[in-house]
Amino acid sequence: METAFRPVAVENKEKEVIARESVSYWKDAWRRLKTNKVAIVAIFILATIVIMTIIGPSISGHDYKEINSSMINQRPSVEHWFGTDALGRDIFSRVWQGGRISMIIGLTGALIATVVGSIYGSIAAYFGGRVDTIMMRIVEILISLPYLILVILISIILDSRSIGTMLLALTLAGWCGIARLVRGQMLQLKQQEFIMAAEALGVKPWKIIVKHLIPNCLGIIIVAISFDVPGYIFAEAFLSYIGLGIQPPGTSWGALASAAQQTFIFHPYQLFFPALMIGLTMLSFTLLGDGLRDALDPKLRQ
Amino acid sequence: MSSILEVKDLKVSFKTYAGEVKAVRGVSFDLKKGETLAIVGESGCGKTVTAKAILRLLKEPPAIIKEGSQIIFNGENVLKMNKKRLQHFRGGDISMIFQDPMTSLNPTMTIGNQIAESLIIHKKIKKKQAINEAIRLLEIVNIPNAKERIKSYPHQLSGGMRQRVMIAIALSCSPKILIADEPTTALDVTIQAQIIELLNELKREFNTSVVIVTHDLGVVANFADRVQVMYAGHVIETGNKYEIFYESKHPYTWALLNSVPRLDIECKAELHPLKGTPPDLILPLEGCPFASRCEYAMEICLEKKPEETSITDSHRVSCWLQDPRAPKVERPINLGGTTNE
Amino acid sequence: MSKEKLVEIINLKKYFHVGRNEVLKAVDDVTFEIRRGETLGLVGESGCGKTTCGRTILGIYNSTDGQVLYNGQNVHKMSSSEKVKFKKGAQIIFQDPYASLDPRMTIGEIIAEGIDVHFKLKESERIARIDDLLEKVGMNSDFRSRFPHELSGGQRQRIGIARALAVEPDFIVCDEPISALDVSIQAQIVNLLIKLQNQLGLTYLFIAHDLSMVKHISDRVGVMYLGSLVEITESQELYRKPLHPYTKSLISAIPIPDPKVEEERQRIKLEGEVPSPINTPPGCKFVKRCSYAMDICGKVSPELKEVEKDHFVACHLYK
Repeated sequence: METAFRPVAVENKEKEVIARESVSYWKDAWRRLKTNKVAIVAIFILATIVIMTIIGPSISGHDYKEINSSMINQRPSVEHWFGTDALGRDIFSRVWQGGRISMIIGLTGALIATVVGSIYGSIAAYFGGRVDTIMMRIVEILISLPYLILVILISIILDSRSIGTMLLALTLAGWCGIARLVRGQMLQLKQQEFIMAAEALGVKPWKIIVKHLIPNCLGIIIVAISFDVPGYIFAEAFLSYIGLGIQPPGTSWGALASAAQQTFIFHPYQLFFPALMIGLTMLSFTLLGDGLRDALDPKLRQ
Repeated sequence: MSSILEVKDLKVSFKTYAGEVKAVRGVSFDLKKGETLAIVGESGCGKTVTAKAILRLLKEPPAIIKEGSQIIFNGENVLKMNKKRLQHFRGGDISMIFQDPMTSLNPTMTIGNQIAESLIIHKKIKKKQAINEAIRLLEIVNIPNAKERIKSYPHQLSGGMRQRVMIAIALSCSPKILIADEPTTALDVTIQAQIIELLNELKREFNTSVVIVTHDLGVVANFADRVQVMYAGHVIETGNKYEIFYESKHPYTWALLNSVPRLDIECKAELHPLKGTPPDLILPLEGCPFASRCEYAMEICLEKKPEETSITDSHRVSCWLQDPRAPKVERPINLGGTTNE
Repeated sequence: MSKEKLVEIINLKKYFHVGRNEVLKAVDDVTFEIRRGETLGLVGESGCGKTTCGRTILGIYNSTDGQVLYNGQNVHKMSSSEKVKFKKGAQIIFQDPYASLDPRMTIGEIIAEGIDVHFKLKESERIARIDDLLEKVGMNSDFRSRFPHELSGGQRQRIGIARALAVEPDFIVCDEPISALDVSIQAQIVNLLIKLQNQLGLTYLFIAHDLSMVKHISDRVGVMYLGSLVEITESQELYRKPLHPYTKSLISAIPIPDPKVEEERQRIKLEGEVPSPINTPPGCKFVKRCSYAMDICGKVSPELKEVEKDHFVACHLYK
C-alpha cells in the first residue's frame, strides 16, 4: 500500500472545535462601524468640535466676555479669526464658549432622558399588566403636552433661566420616547427563550433585568442617545433664539445666532459661524446614529 | 431522454465582513425531461444556493457567480440572459416554490389576484380569463371550494393551503422545470404527506421535471428518481435513488443514511452520527472537504481533492476510497441500526 | 426500570384567552405520569399543545386547572423556598438554540447562571465546574470565553444542555431539542442525551414532532392532538399496534428512508387540516378528519382508557 493511502487518525474528532477567532458583540459592532466611512467622518468632526469647546475659548487670546468698543463688528481677520460682534467681543471665543453650553445641554439632556426613560420603561415592561397600563398612560399624557408651553411655564414658575432650569424643562417630557422604546424592546425580550431559561433556573427578577434585559437593550439605547443629542442641541438653540434660554453674558449657539440675526444683512459672518456649528453638530450626531444603528442592529448580524 | 437543464462547474461566493464565503464550489449536473432530482445535504452545504442560482434569484452582490460557470436551459445560457428574457424565463420556463409559503406570498393581495397576476404577465390573457384559470389551478391543487377561496388573503389560510397556493402559482404557466426548495420542511407530517402526494400527481400529469432540495431522506426515497448528495459546496456523490440508498460509496452518504432512526425497524441501537461540524466555508479547503470528519480518512484525503469516479452510467462518486490503491472498505450501512445491541 | 412515578400530571388544563369570548384550549384535560429514569416522548403536530404542556408541567406557565405532582408535591402550589428546590430538580432544554442563549453573555456566564443560584462556590471551583459541564457535553474549556453567535446550532444546543445540567436536576423537559438541527447533528444530540441519561440517571420528557426520533429515544410515547392526549403506550407497541385512528394516520404519513419500502407502502390518507384550537366544539377533537367517526364521537369526548396492559387510548372505538 502506498503511504498516501495510509489511514490517518484524525484527532479531536470527538471534540467540538472552533475555527474562527473570538469576537465579542461590541468588538464586532466596532468593526462594522469602522467600515462605515460617513460615521467615521462624523466621529472625527464631533471629536474636533468637542475638543474645541474645551480649549477654543482660551486659544484666541480674547476672553469671550471682553468688550472692546473700538473693535465692533469686525470682519474675520488675523486678530479676530471669526470677527467680532456688536460689542466688540471675539466671536471665535464666543462660538466655542457657546458650544460648551450647547454640548453640555445636548449630552446631559440626552443622558438624563435615557436613564429616566430606560428605568421607567423596564419597570413597565417587566411588571406588565396593570402597572404597565397606568405607566404608559402617564407617558402618553406627557407626550401630548406641547413642550414649548411646558418650558415657558417652568421658567416662569422657577423664575430662573439657568442651564439647570432649561435641562429640567427639556427632559421633563423628553424621556418619554426612550421609555416607550425600551419598554417595547423589553417586552420582546421577555418572550425570548433565554429569559424563560433563566426563570426556570430560579434566577431572581432583578437579576434578570440587570443581567439579561438591560444588556440586550444597550444597543438600541446607544442609538437612541445619538439621535436624541441633536434634538436637545436644537431645542436649546431654539429656546435661546426666542429669548427663553441662556441669558447674557453667558452664551450658546442659539443665543449667538439670535444676537446676530438683527445685523445679519450687514454682518452675515456673525450668524454664519454659530449656525454652521449647530448644523455640523446635528448632522454629525444623526449620521453617527445611523452608523451605530447599522452596526448594532442584531438583525444584520451573521 | 434528453437533458433539459445542464449546470456546469457552477461556483458561487458571497462577500461578507469576515471574508469570501465560497458556498458552491464547482457543481455540475444535468436534469432530464420528466425526471425528479433531489439535492440533499445539511444546511450550509450549498443546496439552496445552487437552486436559487439556476433561477438567478441570488442578490448580486453580495453573491458572485464565478466566471466559467454555466447554466444551460434548452441550449440557452441562463447566466447570459437579459432582464426581459429572464423575467419570462422565471415563472414561464422554470418556477420555484419555497420553504416558507407565508413569506413568499404577498400579504396584501388575495390569492386569486396573485395567481392571476403571473398569468397576465406570462400568458398575456385578460383579467377575467385569468381569474377563471386561477380557479381551475386551485382545483388542480385540491383546494376545496376554490371559487370562494380565491378571495381569501394568505393569512386566512393554513400553512398547507398556502403551500398549495404556491404550487398553483408555480404551475400557472406550465413550466418545464419546477424547483422546490424544502417545500415541506415547515409543514406537519400529515400535511407533508398530502403535499408530496400532490406533487407526485402533478409530476405524472404534466411531465414536469422537478429539482427538490431537501434534507429529509424519507421524502427523497418517496419522491425522487435521482439523488445528488452535497457537502461543503461540492457534489460528493450522485446516482439514482436505489444506487444511493443501497449501494452508496461515499462515507458521507453512509453517515447521512445512518444518522436517521427508522420508524419501521425495531431496535434501540445507538445512532451513528457524524462527528464534529461541517467546515467553515470562509477558510481555504485543501483535499477532500469531508476528510476532517471522515472515519476512513487517508493521508491523501487531506492533501488532494478526489476526482470523480463513475461506478455506473448514472452513479458517480468523489472519494479516494475508489482509488485502486486504497484499502477496501465495507459499506457499513445497517439502515437505522438493524444490528442488535 | 422502576415503576416509581416521578411526575404525575392529573387532569391538567391550560387555557389562553385570545380575545373576547375566545378560549384557546392549549392543554385540555391531560392525565399521564412520568416514571423515574424513563424517557417519555410526547408527539403531535404544531399547535397540539405539547410545548405548552411541557412548560406548564415545569410551572413556567400557571395551570388553568388540574395538578402537576413532582415527587408528590404540587408544582403550582409551592412556597417560594420549595420552588427554588423544584427548579433545581426540574430543568428544560429549548428548541431554538439561537433564541435560548443570551447573545451578550459568554458561554461560561451562561452555564454559570444556574450554579450561582443554587450553589455557593469559590471562583476556582466555579470554573472547574463549568469546564466539567463542557466536558460532559463534548466540548472543551476553550469555549468558556466564547459568545453564542460564534457557535454552530449543534454546539449551542450542547450549551443549552450543559446549562440545564448545571443545577444537577433529575428531570429534564426536552422541548423539541433537535428539530432546528441538521440530521447528522440531531443524531449527535440524541446520542448525547442518551449517554447523559445513563450516566446521571435522568428522567426525560422528550417533546418533538418527529415520531421516528421520538420512537428511537423514548421508552413510552404519548400522542397529542389539539390539546388532548389521544394515546400513550410503550414506544415499540405504538408503532407495532397503534390504536387511535390519528396515531395510525400519523405513522403512515411519515416517509421511510428506503425506496423499496416506500414503494410498497399503503398510506392512510388523512384529509383536511388540523382545525383551529380556539373554541373547539364538544366531542372527540379528531371527529371531523376521522374515517371511523360514529354518532357518539361528535357528542361525548372519549376518556383515556387502558385498553391493553400499559396501552392507553382515548377513542370510542375501544370499549
